[in-house]
Amino acid sequence: MASSGGEWSAEQIDDYEALISTTDVELLKKAWRNEKASPEILPFEEALVKRAKEQIQLMEETVDDFEESGHDPLIVSLYQMDLDRVQFLLRSYLRVRLQKIEKFMFYIWKTDTYRNRLSIEEEKFTERCIRDMGKHLEETVLSKMPDNYQSVLKQSVISEEDDMVPEPQLDTFVVAKCERTTRPLYLDGSRQSAGFDSRDDHFQMVPGDLCILRYRPFQEELTSGNISLV
Amino acid sequence: MAGQSDPHISLFSAEEVEFMAEDELIEIVPNLRMDPLNFICGDFGPFLPQIATQVPFWLAVALKKRGKCAIRPPQWMSVENLTQVLERERESQGAFQVLPFHYVEISRLLFDHARDDIPDMYMVRSLIEDIRDVRIHKVETSLEKFSGTSAVKIPNLSAMEVNIIRPFVGRALQAFYKHDNPEKIPDVDRPSSAQTRVANNEPRRPLRR
Repeated sequence: MASSGGEWSAEQIDDYEALISTTDVELLKKAWRNEKASPEILPFEEALVKRAKEQIQLMEETVDDFEESGHDPLIVSLYQMDLDRVQFLLRSYLRVRLQKIEKFMFYIWKTDTYRNRLSIEEEKFTERCIRDMGKHLEETVLSKMPDNYQSVLKQSVISEEDDMVPEPQLDTFVVAKCERTTRPLYLDGSRQSAGFDSRDDHFQMVPGDLCILRYRPFQEELTSGNISLV
Repeated sequence: MAGQSDPHISLFSAEEVEFMAEDELIEIVPNLRMDPLNFICGDFGPFLPQIATQVPFWLAVALKKRGKCAIRPPQWMSVENLTQVLERERESQGAFQVLPFHYVEISRLLFDHARDDIPDMYMVRSLIEDIRDVRIHKVETSLEKFSGTSAVKIPNLSAMEVNIIRPFVGRALQAFYKHDNPEKIPDVDRPSSAQTRVANNEPRRPLRR
């Protein structure tokens, strides 16, 4: 690779090599870790999930062919293991998202940013969830409450906001690994530099750094791929 | 739900952390002839007797279980290196020595499935256990230095160590943050005291398995 001539900078070669050596499995694993660790629902990895599904289907056909053609059972079982691992990742990724939707369905539905992060299937799921949960609350509790207390979203009619809707807690702390140098962040408060590493008033991560972070100030760094959660 | 860890106790289960470690590459020496394997997670092989090749850990373990290869323990897993790491780990109070992110899981997998491939296996195992204990103790004492802050660097901490301290440290830092900024966090969706207790009492559980 790129051994001829010095037209490429070291950085470009690094980038290129990282790109061709990163498989969809790695990307899916990263998406799965991020989704599991972040308090809010992240944008749906539509293209990645589509590619993963196609590869799984292809591999399933290959394994079937191998079995029929009487291939070495050892080889068949190894391919099956590879298939199982990818399927686990994909299933777990989708399930983590469904769990988040179940938890924050009302909030996701009324917040455009979050709603736009859902896949079409997830949107349908959210709608059904809301309908069923609303119906359930209605039948079991709300219909037996006084008139002023019958809203699914509010404690009573005098509540100004939807105060019975669980929201994701963005001020939870997550553990992050740095993939690309982050831009320096000026964190609020005066005591950011406690812990192992003392710094000035700004905070910056370089590749390989491992940190415990408050999620909110680092949201953008995560969606831009500068950091990933572990 | 099947295949999911309980998010209240630990974000990733010990099995899930191990799953991630199994994608790390390791060198094996096969004793069979086999065509290259074109997996979804990448292409490996061809496999020729006595010719070393790199494969992911799960594949190495699968072949090893069937007696089809020998696993070459990674370089850092030598008695000399581990003795040095342990020494330096004991000397420096604040910093952690550089070890692979998945060193706990990798060594466990090797001890479980490839003990005959590790020279001085008992020595290596006890060294790694000592290193792990020293590091965990260091983590615990370092926690005292944490206070209200939004970001803490934890250089060289490994995956399993991160997973162990996450429930406690995460909540502790969140509590600091909440007390510093009382107006910012509404008191809804608080974790129940039962969950906190589980997280506090059993932070070491996954390691002792």
